[in-house]
Amino acid sequence: MRNTRRKLFYFLGAIPIVYLLIFYTLPLGIIFEKAFEGFQTLLQTSGLLQKLGRPLAFTLYQAGLSVILTVLVGFPIAYLFSHFHFKGKKLFQAAVTLPFILPTVVVAAALNSLIGPSGWLNLALIHIFDLASPPIQIMNSLEIILLAHIFYNTSIFVRVVGAAWAQLETEQEQAARTLGAGVWQRFWFITLPLLKQSILSAILMVFLFDFTSFGVILMLGGPSFSTLEVEIYLQTTQMLNLPLAGLLSVIQMGITFFISWFILRDSHTGIVTFLPDIKNERMQKAASGKQKILLILLLTFIFLFFVLPELSLFFRSFIFIETDGTFKFTLDFYKELFHNVHGSLFYISPFTALKNSLTYALITTLIAGLLGIIAAYGLLNARKSKVLRALVLLPLGTSSVTLGLGFLLAFPRLSLFQKYPQILIPIAHTLVALPVVINTLYPAFASIPANLRAAAGNLGASPMKVLQKIDLPLIRNSLLVGALYAFILSLGEFGATSFLTRPEYPTMPTAIYRYLSLPGSLNYGQAMATSCILLTLCTFSMLLIERFMLKDKRS
Amino acid sequence: MKKPCLSIRKIHKDYEKNPLLDGISFDLHEDETFCLLGPSGSGKSTLLRVIAGLEKADAGSILWRGKDISGIPVEKRNFGLMFQDYALFPHMTVAENIAFGPRMRGWSKAAIQKRVEQTLQIVRMEKFSDRRVLELSGGEKQRVALARTIAPEPDLIMLDEPLGALDKTLRDELGQVLHEILNELHIPTIYVTHDQEEAFTVANTIAVLNFGNILQMGTPEEIYNTPASLWIASFLGFSNQIPGSIKQIDPLLIASDVGDFSLSESEHISMKKGGDVTLVIKPDMIRAASRKNGSNLIQGTVKDSQFRGDGYRLSISTKNDATLHFRDTMRREIGQPITLEISPAMLLVYSGNHA
Repeated sequence: MRNTRRKLFYFLGAIPIVYLLIFYTLPLGIIFEKAFEGFQTLLQTSGLLQKLGRPLAFTLYQAGLSVILTVLVGFPIAYLFSHFHFKGKKLFQAAVTLPFILPTVVVAAALNSLIGPSGWLNLALIHIFDLASPPIQIMNSLEIILLAHIFYNTSIFVRVVGAAWAQLETEQEQAARTLGAGVWQRFWFITLPLLKQSILSAILMVFLFDFTSFGVILMLGGPSFSTLEVEIYLQTTQMLNLPLAGLLSVIQMGITFFISWFILRDSHTGIVTFLPDIKNERMQKAASGKQKILLILLLTFIFLFFVLPELSLFFRSFIFIETDGTFKFTLDFYKELFHNVHGSLFYISPFTALKNSLTYALITTLIAGLLGIIAAYGLLNARKSKVLRALVLLPLGTSSVTLGLGFLLAFPRLSLFQKYPQILIPIAHTLVALPVVINTLYPAFASIPANLRAAAGNLGASPMKVLQKIDLPLIRNSLLVGALYAFILSLGEFGATSFLTRPEYPTMPTAIYRYLSLPGSLNYGQAMATSCILLTLCTFSMLLIERFMLKDKRS
Repeated sequence: MKKPCLSIRKIHKDYEKNPLLDGISFDLHEDETFCLLGPSGSGKSTLLRVIAGLEKADAGSILWRGKDISGIPVEKRNFGLMFQDYALFPHMTVAENIAFGPRMRGWSKAAIQKRVEQTLQIVRMEKFSDRRVLELSGGEKQRVALARTIAPEPDLIMLDEPLGALDKTLRDELGQVLHEILNELHIPTIYVTHDQEEAFTVANTIAVLNFGNILQMGTPEEIYNTPASLWIASFLGFSNQIPGSIKQIDPLLIASDVGDFSLSESEHISMKKGGDVTLVIKPDMIRAASRKNGSNLIQGTVKDSQFRGDGYRLSISTKNDATLHFRDTMRREIGQPITLEISPAMLLVYSGNHA
C-alpha cells in the first residue's frame, strides 16, 4: 500500500519532466539537427556571414540602446517610488507596471493609436494646421522601437531597483555623511555600489527582453528592421529557408541562455517583484520646492509616457473617421466584433479570435497550474533542487519564436496534430507560462516550515494528503497569482502563436496583427477595439495579482 | 575646568507630537568623556543625531567653540559618529572603510595610507586591513567602526551604544579596550549607553536622561552615591525599596515595617514629621549584626545565597514578606534567621511612597 503510494508520487513528479522533454527538449533538438544538417549547404551560400551578422548586429545594437535609455528613464522613477510618499502613489506604480504585462500587440496598437499615421497626435495636427498628410512619421523607425522597449521594460528596472533602494538601510549613507561625504559622493561611493547587484540583474533582464523582442520589431519597426527573432520568422514563413532559420535560432539560444544563466545565478526574486510598502526614513513627503518640482515633473512624465498610450487606445476604439476627416463617435467596432460582414474566407472574425484566445488561455492556465504545482512541490523535495530548478526555468530563456519554430519542425507532421492543429497552441503557451508559475509557487512552498509537514506526517497524513491539506491551502494566494500570470501570458502570446496559428484559428494577438497590417478605417478600428478588450483583461488580471500578492504578504 | 567646547542649549524635538527632547542643556569640555545614560526611548540617540546634524532640533541651539552650528550640514561638522550597529560599508574592505573619511576630505594617498595603518594600530587590528567587513566577528566590526570614526581626526567623537551589539564577555573585554583608547585619544567624547556599569567605566561626567530631560548630572561617584531621585535609584538597579515615614527630623529617623533607620540628612525629601518616604537600601556588602535591638537593623530569614565569583548574593525575606538583596562574604544556609546591620551610608531616602 505504502509502496504504491510512493510510486504514484514519483510517477506524478515525473510528469513535468516528461512534458519538458517532449515539448521543449525535442523541438530544440530538432532545430539543432536542422541547423547542422543544412550547415554544409549553407556554408556555400554567398554572404552567409552577412545574413547572420546583420540581424545579430542590429539585435545587439537596438537592445543595447534600449537598455541604456530604459536605465535613464527608470532610474529617476525608481528614485521617486523609493523616496517619496504622495497621493495616488499606488495608481502611478500600477501605471508603470501595467506595460510589462501587456501583450506586444496591444503595446503596438496603443502606440499606433497615439502617434501612428491615424493616431491622435497626427489627427490633431492635421486638423489644426489643415495638413494633407500626417506630419509625424515615426512608424517603421528605430525611434519607435526604442520607445516601445522603454515603455515595456522600465517597469522591470523600476521594480527591481526601486525595491532594493527602498529596502536599503539609511545608516550607511548617514555614516558616510558624518565622515564628510557630500550628496554626490554618497551616491557614488555608497548608494550606487550597494545597488549594483540589483541594477545589474535589472539590466540583464531588460537586455534579455529587448534582445528577444519580436512583436514590437515586427509591428512597429516594419520591414527594414530585422532582429534575430524577426529574421527567424521571416526565413521560416516567407523564405522557407529552414536551415538558416535553425542556425539563427541556435545563435539566439546560445546568447539568451548565457544571459539567463547570469540572471538566474544571482536573482533571488521572482520575475516581477512588487514594490514593498516600506516606511523608513528614506520614504518622505516631498518637502522642499526642488523636491516638489521633481515630483510633479516625474509624475507628468509617467502620465504622458505610461498612461496616455492606453487612454489613447481606449478612446480611439470609439472613433470613426470619415473620408473627409470628420470624427464620429461609434460603437461599430465593438458591434462588428460579432458578425462577419465581409463573409470572406480570409476575413478574421474578432469574436472567434476572442473565443479562441480565452479557450487557449484557460487550457494553458489549467495545464501550467497543475504542472507548476507538481514541479514546485517536487523541487522542494528533490535532491539537487538547485540544478533542477535552473533546468525547469530554462524555457524562460528561450525566445518564443524559437519555441514556435521548434514546434513547427517537430510536431505538425504527426497525425494527431494534423487533425487538431490548434492543440499545439496551448501546449506552447504552457511552456512560456510554466517557468513563471514555478517561480511564483516555489518560494511559496519553500516558505512553509518543514516542521508543519513533518507534524502532519507524524499525525498520519500521507505525502499526498500533506500536499492537499497543508501545502495547497497555505499557498492558495500564490497559486492564484501564478494562474493569473499563466492566463495573461497565454492571452498575449504572439511569437510562438504566429508560427502555429492557422487562419481559421486566430487568437486576439494574431488578429490584431492582421488588422493593423490591412488598410482601411474599419480594420484599424477593429484593431483598436480588440486591443482594448485585451488591455482590459490584462489590467484586471494585474489588479487581481497585486491584491493576492498583498494578501500573501499580510498573512 | 577648561572652557566648554560644545554647548547644548535648550534642545527641543518632538516626535509625532510627543516631546522626545524637552529642553536639554549641557556643556562638554576638552578631553572629557561625557556619558548620556538612560533607558531606551529616553531620547539619548536622538540627541546624538541632532548634534551630528542628521536630525534637526525644533528649538534650541548647539554651539561649537562659541559658534552656532545649526546651519552647518552633517558632512561639514567634522564630528565622528559611531552607529549602534556600526553601519560599516559592506562593499569595502576594512582599510577602505577606514580610509573613507580621509578620502572625502581630500587627503593625499600617502597620508591616507599612513592614517589607516595608524588607526588600525590604535584599535589593535593591524592584520585585518584587507579583510572584507562582512567576514568580521561582532567585536572586530566594532573596532573597525571605531577606527573609521576616528580616522578623519574628528573634533568630537560620538559613540551610540558602542558595546550594545556584543555579548557579555566581549562587552567587558572591549569596554576595557575602548576605555584605554578613549584615554589615549584626547578627543572630547559623548558616549551613549543604557548600561550604568559601562557609564561608570568610561565617563568623567554622566548625565542621566529620561523623558527627554537630564535628570541628574555629575561624576560617576556622585551619581552612584546620591541618585537624585527614586527613579534614578531604581534605574541604577537599587531594588531594595521599603515604604516608610519620618519619625524624627533632627537627627533624621525613618520608621518602617522592617524597623527604624537613622541616616545622615538628605536633600531629597521635604522634611515634615510623619511624611511618607521611600527608603532605598543599596545592595552593598553586608555583615551580620552583633546586636538585637536598636535602629538600622533588618531581621529576616535567608531566602537564597548564590555564589557570584567575587562574592555571594544574599536574598532575605523580611517579616512582612519583602525580599531584599545584598552582596555577602559567605554562603549562608537557606531558612536560617538572620539580622543585618545597615550602615547609614547604604541608605537613601526619597519623598513619597512608591507602593
